Amino acid sequence: MARVYVSAILPAPVASVWGRVRDFNALPRWTPFVAESRIEENLPSDKVGCIRNFTLKDGGRIREKLLALSDYDMSCTYAILESPMAVENYIATLSLIPITETNQTFAQWQADFECPPDAEAALIAQIGQGVFAAAFAHLRGQIERR
Amino acid sequence: MTRVFESAVLDVPIDAVWRVLRDFNAHRLWHPAITESRIEGDVPADSPGAVRAFRLTDGGFLREQLLTLDDARRELSYCLLEAPLPLHGYVATIRLRPVSATGQTFWTWESRFTPPASRAEELAGLVSRDIYRAGFRALEAHLQSLVLPEVSGPRATAAPVPPSLDVPARPGPAAAGLARGSRRARTIVQTGFGGPEVLVGHEVAVAEPGPGEVLVAQSHVGVNFIDVYCRTGYFRLVDPPGIPGMEAAGTVAALGPGVTDLSLGTPVAYACAPTGAYTTLRVMPAGMLARLPPWLPGELAAAVMLKGMTAGFLLRDVARIVPGDWVVVHAAAGGVGALLLQWARALGARVIATVSTPDKVDLPRRLGADRVAIGRGEAFLAAVGEATAGQGVATVFDAVGATSFDASLEALAIRGHLVSFGQASGPIGPRDVGAMAAKSITLSRPNYGHFVGTPSQVATQCARLFAALDAGHLLIPTPTVLPLDQAAEAHRLLEAGRSVGPIVLATGAG
Repeated sequence: MARVYVSAILPAPVASVWGRVRDFNALPRWTPFVAESRIEENLPSDKVGCIRNFTLKDGGRIREKLLALSDYDMSCTYAILESPMAVENYIATLSLIPITETNQTFAQWQADFECPPDAEAALIAQIGQGVFAAAFAHLRGQIERR
Repeated sequence: MTRVFESAVLDVPIDAVWRVLRDFNAHRLWHPAITESRIEGDVPADSPGAVRAFRLTDGGFLREQLLTLDDARRELSYCLLEAPLPLHGYVATIRLRPVSATGQTFWTWESRFTPPASRAEELAGLVSRDIYRAGFRALEAHLQSLVLPEVSGPRATAAPVPPSLDVPARPGPAAAGLARGSRRARTIVQTGFGGPEVLVGHEVAVAEPGPGEVLVAQSHVGVNFIDVYCRTGYFRLVDPPGIPGMEAAGTVAALGPGVTDLSLGTPVAYACAPTGAYTTLRVMPAGMLARLPPWLPGELAAAVMLKGMTAGFLLRDVARIVPGDWVVVHAAAGGVGALLLQWARALGARVIATVSTPDKVDLPRRLGADRVAIGRGEAFLAAVGEATAGQGVATVFDAVGATSFDASLEALAIRGHLVSFGQASGPIGPRDVGAMAAKSITLSRPNYGHFVGTPSQVATQCARLFAALDAGHLLIPTPTVLPLDQAAEAHRLLEAGRSVGPIVLATGAG
């Protein structure tokens, strides 16, 4: 089992950040690498069990299923159903915690998955840096430009 | 049910924060609301079930029990057993998370309790403001003023070089500063006995290492009081013109014949005679070098080797600390004093620390001193009397000398032990040995070279020091770093007694 963990400080109150990332269909709006996204079967994007089907700007297609959504904990857990990456049993959680001292947001994103041993280091770097850290950096830029 | 939640980002690495927080009895060292604390019974402070009994600055007495401690997740929880306020059913949780890329630490502290409805708001405000929010900043300040070597990777690499080559300690070729050789070193030469002005920069040739020797490319040099004594001529360890200094850290730059247990580039450090450390390159007997553990950088090693091994042999070989004993550490904000204080506490002693001026009170307090007295006069003796119910202390560690010696004798209990290991305030002068019979006093006057003088002694003392550092028993006050060329200025700083924490010279190499 491989694990990726990335965290970041986002310079906005937690409610405002949660408003941006809560929508399971909103990846094109706050990440730099998703071209378009839709929820399959026309379900609401906050219905647990719904599937987002999105296309990356490099052409790859990914299907992910929403497993848990908590407005109380400000966290969202999902699994990959299909992707170009050689991962199995991939489950990830994105969650936010308020930084009360500065009224900002601590954002953390963790994924656990299985993969061929020789691909593990590259996948951890790709998911950690290429996806999670890149998305946080992009979101941070959006907040700062606001 | 009232819930309090506070969180903050600390500008300190997560391992350093966790190492302090996971010690359930360490809150007395950094939290401004807490004056004293102890763990009840004979249980380690990091075992769930442990109870800490502590007192607040306002006099309130509390008992709290550790419920869970999770090193993998860096989380702990605890509950209140006894408190002066109606915080009924109080259970609190602390969680740490790393902030990726920045090396900072995100800390959440939350609790739930059931107060009387009329006081819910007041009590929630008190907990969140006076305990949690005050705690974030206090621990950050505590850790930023102290450097705890970060342990990374396997811990089993802290062993000093085994003394397989029994090379006797003798003046190395570089000690005289006049050796012939092709390599050039920048050095500080002591041109005579006198003030700091006798320390002058020079370039000298360095010989190749001979059998059983290695050449050390030194990154950092430790500055110690013994260097001042050598400079003034109180100790005749430097024969001018000669190179002063007994402590440095760096890497192995060349190996002499027969040295098989070190490689080029291995980080090493030493703290021993002969003098000759104020230089960029030096030949040393391999057996006198300690291989540095990966978590101890050269700057800290040069700050802690001599002072740390001194504290180690004073506490373990010269004196014997019995848990529960009261001991006095003079000059506890100084280099050896700060380490003695922490190590004595780790061995179970209760410590009365003294400092020369009020501005130095803070450091020994934060390092865990049970009492801190200013000066070595009436206030000091009153603190000793009060702490020990007039009995006196078991041991006094005294490197102040002239101005403290008599008070140190007076502070001792019957059959007490005065360990006199320095004279920062001046030579002690003659004393009447017969008078010591009045309390059956033992007097020790140890010499560093007799405890850290052979390869096997170096191996023993280094192993002890690295183990104490690795266990988190010793925090090193942040060193003041000056360039090697400013050795004279470093001596002025040390002699003025104004510095808090160790002084290190950086050579610019490594």
